[in-house]
Amino acid sequence: MGAETGLVMDADEMRRAITRIAHEILEKNKGAQNLALVGIMRRGAPIADRLADLIERVEGIRPLTGRLDIALYRDDYPERRPPVGRTEVPFDLSGKRIVLVDEVIYTGRTTNAAITALFDLGRPAAIQLAVLLDRGHRELPIRPDYVGKNVATSRGQYVDCRLAEIDGEDAVYILAEPPEPSGQEQPCATS
Amino acid sequence: MRDLLSIRETDTDQIHQVLQTAVGFNEILKRPVKKVPTLRGRSVITLFYESSTRTRTSFELAAKYMSADAVNIAVAQSSVSKGESLKDTLKTLEALTADCIVIRHPSSGAAHLAAQFTSVPVINAGDGRHEHPTQALLDALTIWQHKVVGAEDDTYPVALRPDKPFDLAHLTVAIVGDLAHSRVARSNAWCLSRLGATVRWAGPRTLLPAEAHQLPVTVCDDLESALTGADVVMVLRLQTERQESGLLPSLREYSRLWGVTHTSLRWAKPDVLVMHPGPMNRGVEISAEVADGVGGVRSTVEQQVTNGVAVRMACLYLLMGGSGE
Amino acid sequence: MRLVLANARILDPSQNIDRFGDLVIEDGKIAGVVAAHSADGDEVRDCSGLLVTPGLIDIHVHLREPGFEYKEDIESGTRAAAAGGFTAVCCMPNTSPSIDSTAVVRQIIERAAEVGCARVYPIGALTRNMQGDQLCEIADLKAAGACAISDDAFPIQNAETMRRGMEYCAQLGMTLMTHNEDQALTRGGAMNEGRTATMMGLPGIPRVAEDIAVARNVLLSELTGCRLHLLHISSGRTVDILRKAKMRRIPVTGETAPHYWALTDSACEGYNTNAKMNPPIRTAEDNRLIIEGLVDGTIDIIATDHAPHAPYEKEREFDQAPFGILGLETSFAVSYTTLVLPGKLELPDLIRKMTIAGAQVVGIPGGTLAEGAVADVAVFDLAAQWTARAAEGRSKSRNTPFDGMTVTGKTCFTLLGGRVVEV
Repeated sequence: MGAETGLVMDADEMRRAITRIAHEILEKNKGAQNLALVGIMRRGAPIADRLADLIERVEGIRPLTGRLDIALYRDDYPERRPPVGRTEVPFDLSGKRIVLVDEVIYTGRTTNAAITALFDLGRPAAIQLAVLLDRGHRELPIRPDYVGKNVATSRGQYVDCRLAEIDGEDAVYILAEPPEPSGQEQPCATS
Repeated sequence: MRDLLSIRETDTDQIHQVLQTAVGFNEILKRPVKKVPTLRGRSVITLFYESSTRTRTSFELAAKYMSADAVNIAVAQSSVSKGESLKDTLKTLEALTADCIVIRHPSSGAAHLAAQFTSVPVINAGDGRHEHPTQALLDALTIWQHKVVGAEDDTYPVALRPDKPFDLAHLTVAIVGDLAHSRVARSNAWCLSRLGATVRWAGPRTLLPAEAHQLPVTVCDDLESALTGADVVMVLRLQTERQESGLLPSLREYSRLWGVTHTSLRWAKPDVLVMHPGPMNRGVEISAEVADGVGGVRSTVEQQVTNGVAVRMACLYLLMGGSGE
Repeated sequence: MRLVLANARILDPSQNIDRFGDLVIEDGKIAGVVAAHSADGDEVRDCSGLLVTPGLIDIHVHLREPGFEYKEDIESGTRAAAAGGFTAVCCMPNTSPSIDSTAVVRQIIERAAEVGCARVYPIGALTRNMQGDQLCEIADLKAAGACAISDDAFPIQNAETMRRGMEYCAQLGMTLMTHNEDQALTRGGAMNEGRTATMMGLPGIPRVAEDIAVARNVLLSELTGCRLHLLHISSGRTVDILRKAKMRRIPVTGETAPHYWALTDSACEGYNTNAKMNPPIRTAEDNRLIIEGLVDGTIDIIATDHAPHAPYEKEREFDQAPFGILGLETSFAVSYTTLVLPGKLELPDLIRKMTIAGAQVVGIPGGTLAEGAVADVAVFDLAAQWTARAAEGRSKSRNTPFDGMTVTGKTCFTLLGGRVVEV
């Protein structure tokens, strides 16, 4: 049985969850030294930026941030190729403690692709995973280190995570139908 | 997009999509480990009926950087030289489970013919004097990097104008030389005009195809009118056998009337970009000084090579999208 | 044996007949046209609503036998002819061996008598082996049964050779049918020179290559008095040259074929080798001028230039594929649909150009329903709509550019010497 459809996280809840995760990251890594936050495109990236802001406020040091596009690392072959975004990791990963940031974890395949992508860029000292929402149904032995909220869903349901930076609001909904695309579409992601 | 056979049959959105994707791949080409697993377990066959080290290598590297297996069928070593028809060759390659076929052929339309005989995506790597679509796409990318992004190394996010990121409407591109026999000139005319640029064609009448003015180009009768105010000059290679076949009185006169030199470039904009699809005949269609970038004229040769790989990676990525199941 | 085609529209331009009635055929010969439902016979075929004309005559086909039977042979080619309403065809000499000897002329005539679904009149070659230098023994060819002489497919480039050929033909009273092409201007060409060829990157065949050769041949005809027949006119300018030549009373006639007015060179788009022709299919402007020539009588004849090629020969790179397309099975329907239905040409004019006009040019019997004539007859249903399907043709080959075109006017059957031809 899945969760009821509808709002599962509002803006306040999201703010508190991200704040808590920021503190947990600092606690687990004993500060912000040598720390880098890498958001998985697209919605992981703004969350990583918010975490970096919070950490900077607490520690006075801003962790490095980057964004990772994993279109080229997906192990499924959709009928139409997803548009290739830009990976921007403007620092050397080697020896860094990397926190991968994504909005939702589901099967674990995205995370797996992201880990592969990171290793193509360098050899980090450690990789951790932060997600806003864990909706279950893992297909791989992957476990997030930091979770904003656990939500039981059924496989047929959709999670629509909306962020102010992209969608104009902070909220997470469980839907019975796929969400309408929102926010600024990737340029040229046409036909 | 099922195949990439010509730019004429590729709509503007698809051109944007390839360029957009290629920009993403340019980043990968700057990495120490230039490899992504995207096309692992898939095979790309390059079927070249004409020799071309550069284009073939570019496609092979593009395939390999994406973890595909690239196999080259060199015509001289294959049954093609024994007179096997293109249809039979294609059927054999399909049976060998090729996932994409890249074809270069001296006959115009050979890629279209190949696409009729196979369900596998076909990429035209140059057919006769018809088209060379990936060359035009990489030329467009190079022009965009110089004239829109402004940086020679591409580190610029694509979101310049999110609605029309590769708009070249402010540019005039002059294509000079043997237009009748040039597939590059045709592909570029379609590609650049679809991106909004004004395209001029200039060359001797004997090397101009019939009713060229019916293509999206302005035909110029002398070099000055072609170069005046041009942002980009694309110089075509002159095959020296054109003189032997009676299309030109002499290379000397050709060079005097149509050769791109520092003197003739004074008609163009000061920041003119000079491009050549190579290999160059120095002293014929282009002076040695311009070819070597002497005097501040920007040369794009190396950048074009990198963009060539990126564009071809993008084409392979977009065409080999389906699961094949 | 008395056969009656009853209650039909009977159209015979050779006698200016266009009326409803019964066509009576006795012992293989036309006995006359009488009032509808007034005739009795051993067999009465109700032809209500149908059109009865003299059997169509195509003076320009390639039957490919001997030598290229994998493309077509006399049996399959004449079967296609009958299916298209034709009862007589003249076959071009570019066979292997070419029709440059009495032996080949006789062989074709004998073979056609044996297996033909239509009458076959061989056209002799102008030069030996069609090489363009030494003249054939044209008097012998004529004696053996050749109806005319032609250089089709291998146009004579040397004006001197052409002059001597015309002089020789003139003396023998043979019509010379010329393929008009200055090959210095067409070398390497694959389709009409123009916008489409430029976009497709194909070397062009300019109109002027045809016009120059036509002008030369017309002037040589004037010089020698040779009866000249211009094959497959594709260029609008050529129509004009022909018109002026006729005004000067030069003994010249001209033919075109349906693809030269019903299609443009955009039919080659997608590298469709089934639209690859020489002379090439040209432009809308040429279409217009050719129709004008048909309407004002400048162009006397509609032929087909039926030129079969095996699928594997056409499934090739465009510049490597052979020139030529099929025509026999679609000619009448395409002509009726594109000329008569839109009101450009009267039906009697169309039938004239497809029957008696050709017979007169090459001096063969047929093309008439006159009393006593051999009963070669065609019957059409002008109301029938159908879609041309290359795969369903009687020809051995499939190279038609009209594949998939919906047309009006269907052959019901033909009579050859008063007997229904089985197709």
